[in-house]
Amino acid sequence: MTNMIKWDKDASGVVTLTMDEDGAGANTMNDVFISSLEETLDRIDAEKDDITGVVLTSGKKTFFAGADLNLIIQATPADAPRLEAEIARIKKALRRLETVGRPVAAAINGAALGGGLEIALACHHRVALDARGSEIGLPEVSLGLLPGAGGVVRTTRMFGLQKALMEVLLQGQRRKPAKALEVGLVDELATDADDMLAKAKAWVLANPEAAQPWDVSGYKIPGGTPSTPKLAAVLPAFPSNLRKQIKGAPMPAPLAIMSAAVEGAQVDFANAEVIEGRYFVSLATGQTAKNMTKAFFFDLQHITKGGARPEGYPPYRATKALVMGAGMMGAGIAYVCARNGIEVVLVDVSKESAEKGKAYAQGLLDKAVSRGRMAETQRDEILARIHPSDTVDDGKGADLVIEAVFESQELKTEVFGRIEPVVAADALLGSNTSTLPISGLANAVQRQEDFIGLHFFSPVDKMPLLEIVVGEKTSDATIAKALDVAAQIKKTPIVVNDSRGFFTSRVIGTFMGEAVAMLAEGVPAPSIEQAGLQAGYPTGPLALFDEVSLTLGRRIREEGRVAAQAAGADFPEHPSYAAIDLMVVDLDRGGRAAGAGFYDYAEGKRLGLWDGLAEHFGGEDLDMPFLDMQERMLFAEAIETVKCVDEGVLRSVPEANIGSIFGIGFPPWTGGVLQYISGYVSPDGTVSGPAGFVARARELAEKYGERFTPPSSLVTLAESGGSYQ
Amino acid sequence: MAHTTPEAYIYEAIRTPRGRGKASGSLHSVKPVSLVTGLIDELQARHPDLDPAAVDDLILGCVTPIGDQGADIAKTAAIAAGLPDTVAGTQINRFCASGLEAVNMAAQKVRAGWDSLVIAGGVESMSRIPLGSDGGPWAMDPQTAYDSYFVPQGISADLIATVEGFSRDDVDAYAVRSQERAAAAWSAGNFTKSVVPVRDINGSVILDHDEFMRPDTTMESLSKLQPSFAGLGDFGGFDAVALQKFHWVERINHVHHAGNSSGIVDGAALVLVGSEQAGKNAGLTPRARVVATAVSGADPTIMLTGPTPATHKVLAAAGLTPADIDVWELNEAFAAVVLKWMKDFNLDIEQVNVNGGSIAMGHPLGATGSIITGIVLDELERSGGRYGLITLCIGGGMGLATIIERI
Repeated sequence: MTNMIKWDKDASGVVTLTMDEDGAGANTMNDVFISSLEETLDRIDAEKDDITGVVLTSGKKTFFAGADLNLIIQATPADAPRLEAEIARIKKALRRLETVGRPVAAAINGAALGGGLEIALACHHRVALDARGSEIGLPEVSLGLLPGAGGVVRTTRMFGLQKALMEVLLQGQRRKPAKALEVGLVDELATDADDMLAKAKAWVLANPEAAQPWDVSGYKIPGGTPSTPKLAAVLPAFPSNLRKQIKGAPMPAPLAIMSAAVEGAQVDFANAEVIEGRYFVSLATGQTAKNMTKAFFFDLQHITKGGARPEGYPPYRATKALVMGAGMMGAGIAYVCARNGIEVVLVDVSKESAEKGKAYAQGLLDKAVSRGRMAETQRDEILARIHPSDTVDDGKGADLVIEAVFESQELKTEVFGRIEPVVAADALLGSNTSTLPISGLANAVQRQEDFIGLHFFSPVDKMPLLEIVVGEKTSDATIAKALDVAAQIKKTPIVVNDSRGFFTSRVIGTFMGEAVAMLAEGVPAPSIEQAGLQAGYPTGPLALFDEVSLTLGRRIREEGRVAAQAAGADFPEHPSYAAIDLMVVDLDRGGRAAGAGFYDYAEGKRLGLWDGLAEHFGGEDLDMPFLDMQERMLFAEAIETVKCVDEGVLRSVPEANIGSIFGIGFPPWTGGVLQYISGYVSPDGTVSGPAGFVARARELAEKYGERFTPPSSLVTLAESGGSYQ
Repeated sequence: MAHTTPEAYIYEAIRTPRGRGKASGSLHSVKPVSLVTGLIDELQARHPDLDPAAVDDLILGCVTPIGDQGADIAKTAAIAAGLPDTVAGTQINRFCASGLEAVNMAAQKVRAGWDSLVIAGGVESMSRIPLGSDGGPWAMDPQTAYDSYFVPQGISADLIATVEGFSRDDVDAYAVRSQERAAAAWSAGNFTKSVVPVRDINGSVILDHDEFMRPDTTMESLSKLQPSFAGLGDFGGFDAVALQKFHWVERINHVHHAGNSSGIVDGAALVLVGSEQAGKNAGLTPRARVVATAVSGADPTIMLTGPTPATHKVLAAAGLTPADIDVWELNEAFAAVVLKWMKDFNLDIEQVNVNGGSIAMGHPLGATGSIITGIVLDELERSGGRYGLITLCIGGGMGLATIIERI
């Protein structure tokens, strides 16, 4: 094995070490790296008398990419001893680096995330190249992991417990080099590679006695340790605020990070590293990190690298968009298009309404400017791209159409009839609908192969997902174009086939429906909300239903019923229907927009759960196991998703997983709705996968209704020992 | 040879007055060990025929046993009081019930027959050693705290009020009652026999009454006090913790404040427990018999509901029913704790804590259990009642209870 760390000593005795693994796009913390580092450290020891200092940098575009996630995703609890030994070996090498007896500076030429930053933290000084796209941080928590190569121990000792936890570890913030300098993760910025290396060399030559602060006698952790009264007074609020923040969701990483930091602060450096290592291994061998790594690394990569894009079509870039309808959705769509360089004609029934839509963008941009995140000139450029209008004629020559008018087949048909003759002959014809079948809407246009559903989520500027809906006649070329538009406006796309409610609306409906079913059974409303939140959903199901509007939900359901009847299909009653009818029709509580729903509202603010719920639905049943409440919602969505797979609505597992998390708030710890089944953990804590899911679904079906009966495709998958990959 | 379990008798119960638990409090200038030695001296003065060498052990409750109260303050106090070297000492910590646990352990030792005469008691100088300053993993270790839904007691008390539907007026009314009763008890001289003034090294009286009391308290004066735990619940994140466990509760109604929670004070108490023979040897007259003791755990988050299971348990152990109990005493840690216990046992307010309690007079953590043992004993003698039941709610989710019978 050749050493991947190149050695280059200059006349002043400074050795520049360049990490550059052969045949790899990025350096990762694999065996080649560790062995190379150990060998290099041996050489430094041997030649120390002739060395004045060390500069560590990278031969790749990035500095270092971190752990090898392919290895972590396979680790099981049985691998714990091996992993503990491996992590100890990495820690030992990095500890040798910072105690090698010569000053060591990191020259961070590109992204240093996770393990990359941990290597840099084991250097005495960090010079970061202010490169475009470069990011610095310890984002392990977002994959359900913790920085196991000394990242917790060193940031805690650099910044103190509070700052390390809040500003670096628990949120896993990724920062541009300038921001990393502000927070203190790096010490200097450089303008180009030469400047970076020069600064790093100058620093090591000027600091021959360099040592880490924690290796200097008399060192104290900033802000103190848990035995320091001032910190002890606030420490009990750390875990409670963590619970508050993650709403009790079963995510072990944040607590493991906090525990490693706090426990590590009470012992010496070496023992702190041991403690950190144990927590790392507990996460790495657990199911949640696998789920999150699958979704947020592998599945997301599949999507961003064009996994869903039909091959053989040239890249497409929209230049002029016609956005029809300047309501909440249209305004948001216009904003994201303009923000990403597309000229937008924003059309509504009156110029005034269209202007109102543009004002939405103005508001967002003004806020960005006032917070110092955007220059005024940039704001003005973006705003100048939005052209409010009351006539589709201004959309002449547009190569992208996004229709976002009211959800009515008639209206949409009428609008497309006016649009099609005006826009470019090959314009992408997109309709932003959340429920209406695309193939039906496509009948409104001549070029049905260019017609596609572009389902945005509200608020458009914040929600990352774009659900692209393929109609019967939509061509592959159109799918490719739509995916290119998604990339252009920086949305994460999933492609689904047409069906009433597509994938997202259909599945989220089962979540809210199950919550209402429980309410109707007499489960206390606060328990239902807590069950949702503690299952990891971002919003309680009843609060969400209020947001979506019970009236709208009921209307969509009735439209579905009519359509099913027309098609001669079954439309099974759901136990939530009667309760919704009661709320909407009899009690006139249609949701937030109506000023009254499951919650009370005043002046647009949500107050509390309506106290009439108990009167109408009971709310005295304290016997239903809390886990049952949580799993009824999770299973309802998972089973509906399996049906979407069966019916060909979903086209890939990564799209199901990412779509469920980014679009409809399926809990991130699950790794997405199909990964939830693949990595299912039974109530007794064993990872039982699809087989365990099927067994549990049958239990739920027995207790709560046939809708939980696992679809036969899932039973077959479970019996074959397979999973959704 | 047939074995008969010896009875455990209470021969004496004395206490210091309670001083305000802050630097301005009268007892802040007094070392915790001196609070104890003063009572040991009084015990010997009251019972000159008591041979101190007959005392097997000194058991002292102390909840924050560090600094001035650290390193086994019981044996230290025995030494400092000049008791014979053979008198041992141990400090115990059952949190707020430590003073009663000391009595119970003394009774258990005597009934076991392995010790004959034990001084039980407790001490806490809250002005010197702040509550919670000894750390401990429940609050300070994130993993333990997180997994066990740790919340501070004030949140638990407010949760009890919320779950039980006690309003701010309910808890305030109880607090006003405590103040009225404490004032009445003091002016009627109910405490004269057992409260031993604290003197300085020159013999001057430092404090001879419970100085925490505010007898002029009214509903109106209490209504001006802000809830003490709302901020802790919100910014401290503890409401979220409690509600995640008690998921059927939508929000916590924060009703407790400084005026309806137990007061932070300094104080100490001693209870002399011995066998019949030990009493005879010392020429002592038994005042009460310890009938039964019981301890129970409870949910650690709502935490302060332990008196109910402990009360059931101690009644069962004694073979008694609630109707047999003449004097009911539950430490007034928080008003809602007492109201819930009254509700659980269908007790009338006229039956409970008739001399006032910790809301009015203060709760010197390690000592309170011994203090209220003495109060119940005096009340039984004053009223001619037979059985008294003493119980306290406890941190971590526990309850401790004792039934005594007046002789």
